[in-house]
Amino acid sequence: MQQPLERFHYDNKIVRAFAYVTVLWGIVGMLAGLLIAFQLAFPALNFDFPYTTFGRVRPVHTNAVIFAFVGNGIFMGVYYALPRLLKTSMFSKQLSWIHFWAWQLIIVSAAVTLLSGITSGKEYAELEWPIDIAITLVWVVFGINMFGTILQRRERHLYVAVWFWIATWVTVAMLHIVNSFELPFSMMKSYSWYAGVQDALVQWWYGHNAVAFFLTTPYIGVMYYFVPKASNRPVYSYRWSIVHFWALIFLYIWAGPHHLLYTALPDWAQSLGTVFSVMLIFPSWAGMLNGLMTLRGAWDKVREDPILKFFVVALTCYGMSTFEGPMLSLKSMNAITHFTDWTVAHVHVGALGWNGFLTFGALYWLMPRLFGTQLYSKKLAANHFWIGTLGIILYAIPMYWAGFSQALMWKEFTPDGTLKYQFLQTVQNIRPMYILRGVGGLLYISGVILMVYNLWKTVASGKFIPTEYGEAPALTKTFVPAHGYSFWHSWIERRPIQMLVVSLILVGIGGIVEIVPTFLVKSNVPTIASVKPYTPLELEGRDIYIREGCYLCHSQMVRPFRDEVARYGEYSKAGEFVYDHPFQWGSKRTGPDLHRVGGKYPNSWHYNHMMNPRLMSPGSIMPNYPWLLDNDLDTSLTAAKIRAMQKLGVPYEDGYDKKALADLKAQEEVIAADLKKDKANTAPNKEIVALIAYLQRLGTDIKAKNQGTVTIK
Amino acid sequence: MKFINYLESITGVGIYPLISLIIFVVFFVIVTLYVFTADKKTMERDSQLPLEQ
Repeated sequence: MQQPLERFHYDNKIVRAFAYVTVLWGIVGMLAGLLIAFQLAFPALNFDFPYTTFGRVRPVHTNAVIFAFVGNGIFMGVYYALPRLLKTSMFSKQLSWIHFWAWQLIIVSAAVTLLSGITSGKEYAELEWPIDIAITLVWVVFGINMFGTILQRRERHLYVAVWFWIATWVTVAMLHIVNSFELPFSMMKSYSWYAGVQDALVQWWYGHNAVAFFLTTPYIGVMYYFVPKASNRPVYSYRWSIVHFWALIFLYIWAGPHHLLYTALPDWAQSLGTVFSVMLIFPSWAGMLNGLMTLRGAWDKVREDPILKFFVVALTCYGMSTFEGPMLSLKSMNAITHFTDWTVAHVHVGALGWNGFLTFGALYWLMPRLFGTQLYSKKLAANHFWIGTLGIILYAIPMYWAGFSQALMWKEFTPDGTLKYQFLQTVQNIRPMYILRGVGGLLYISGVILMVYNLWKTVASGKFIPTEYGEAPALTKTFVPAHGYSFWHSWIERRPIQMLVVSLILVGIGGIVEIVPTFLVKSNVPTIASVKPYTPLELEGRDIYIREGCYLCHSQMVRPFRDEVARYGEYSKAGEFVYDHPFQWGSKRTGPDLHRVGGKYPNSWHYNHMMNPRLMSPGSIMPNYPWLLDNDLDTSLTAAKIRAMQKLGVPYEDGYDKKALADLKAQEEVIAADLKKDKANTAPNKEIVALIAYLQRLGTDIKAKNQGTVTIK
Repeated sequence: MKFINYLESITGVGIYPLISLIIFVVFFVIVTLYVFTADKKTMERDSQLPLEQ
């Protein structure tokens, strides 16, 4: 019996809104990136102003590009494609708009807080606890809207793109919640629940899977919709896409520890990360080839259609970075590439190529359709494509070069057995590469500005279609397979909630298997008796270190290599970080490692160096921090910080919060007096004093005697 | 973290990763088998979904 057709509508307004903010935040994020790129070559561009200094702008760049540009790009894709794939309207217009405005509000508050130095100090998860909670709530709103839509669908089969979005939703929720466990002690500040090795493992389990489930799986969904749309042919192999889906979400979740090779993490967890990373090549390449092969027999179209050109380069970049990723997680490769600009090149091939170009292609395809018109200029779009591609090449090659040459210079010894190069020499050597990279970024963003003009003219030439209508029969209660043959997998293909549950189990088990050792590590972390909690002044200094984003350029992890031990000192032990909430191992050495910096230089060296690094290290590219010399140290929260640390298990004696301030003052006086001897006159209550206290403590606990620290009785 | 105590108290907790690995390898073998034996017409129809309006 033929079912009656039902009429429903597609809301284009929300799609248009998400498309506009995708472009807007894309430009903001890229401009921030351009600024920090040139800051590394010309430190004067930090402007001696806290809010424009590298350590604060860099998290704005990463957060804006990931969560604002790509985030809104995901929502644009989902709000357009999901109802059309399911032949229904979105579940709730109100929820759509709440989702939209709340997400933009989160982005604005993220930018404001990060520039103000309010940060949790964990890369790619820098936002503080109130914003973390807001993100959770918005994610729930998005989830209700998405699943509501799925449940009222008129198409029984869930297209593979929808699976990727379901997995994205559930996994991002899990990652965000687990990694954001933190103990607030004021309106805008908290400490990570985990410490040291545990914190590092949770953070990189999160960090790696944020790449997987925020930058990859939702965009794979976008790819599986827009590539067939733009080429007007179905995906090359639907069978392949099913294997692609399950293999990708299963394997990705295990691979996080490859960010922590040669660190204090147990060996077997490191090997697990490597093995799964290598296996990841298969599903990733299956996805890439599936996308590219969709265009088989349509290569003549690719020559003419800039949209398809964007998609081809996006998929190629996806293939390149997913080949490179496993290579970088091999220990022998990682020993060279880790902490260098190679990593930066790697992520930017993904971000500029895969995410950027896929977004641009989707925008060029989508906007004319939303406005019932043709693209204003194909030629401009083609120019954008070539300028953008050149930008990616000019970005990536200098960074690979810089990474490789810096790593080789770090590791080079003279025949006498001493290190051949000072760290600073390696920095100066790659400065030209930093300039070239900035030029690459400038080209890339110029292309985006061409796109803005092109899309603006397109919008002006058309008339917005706020609503489109569709017709389809409602689903029958009982399902009769169209071709008589049904298998259990097609059972799950029709059932969104079960799909969600199975995805959650899949990523959950992978997650638990990876996280369990984190918590069992405690028994594997040899406690070092001489490692003591930070003094109150050091703790305040540490918070300044986090506020200024020092961890973005300095690692605190000396790996057990000959050159690192020769350059920095004794390699880092897991037991040394047990009071580090959050850990500050870092992931990049734009400057030298700081784990053994304590006691290496006199206090006055640090004082002058923070005022102007070039006074002490001519040719340094580090920003000036003059405000640290002027700002009074805010001690209003010191007691609360001590109490928070006690709750997290740091063994300060009972009631120490009441004595902390007196100890802090005493230590300030000692350092200020020492500074005065070297003609660095400062009041004891300045922020610089606290920072010096922290830096001088770093890595000294395992040395025989304590240098100038106030011991806690 | 308190739940470490629960994890540690499970006898033979080390076998859990192995079991889960086996479960998923088996799962994939079955998915792969299904995928390559699945009905061609259904696959074609499903892959056409984005192209319908």
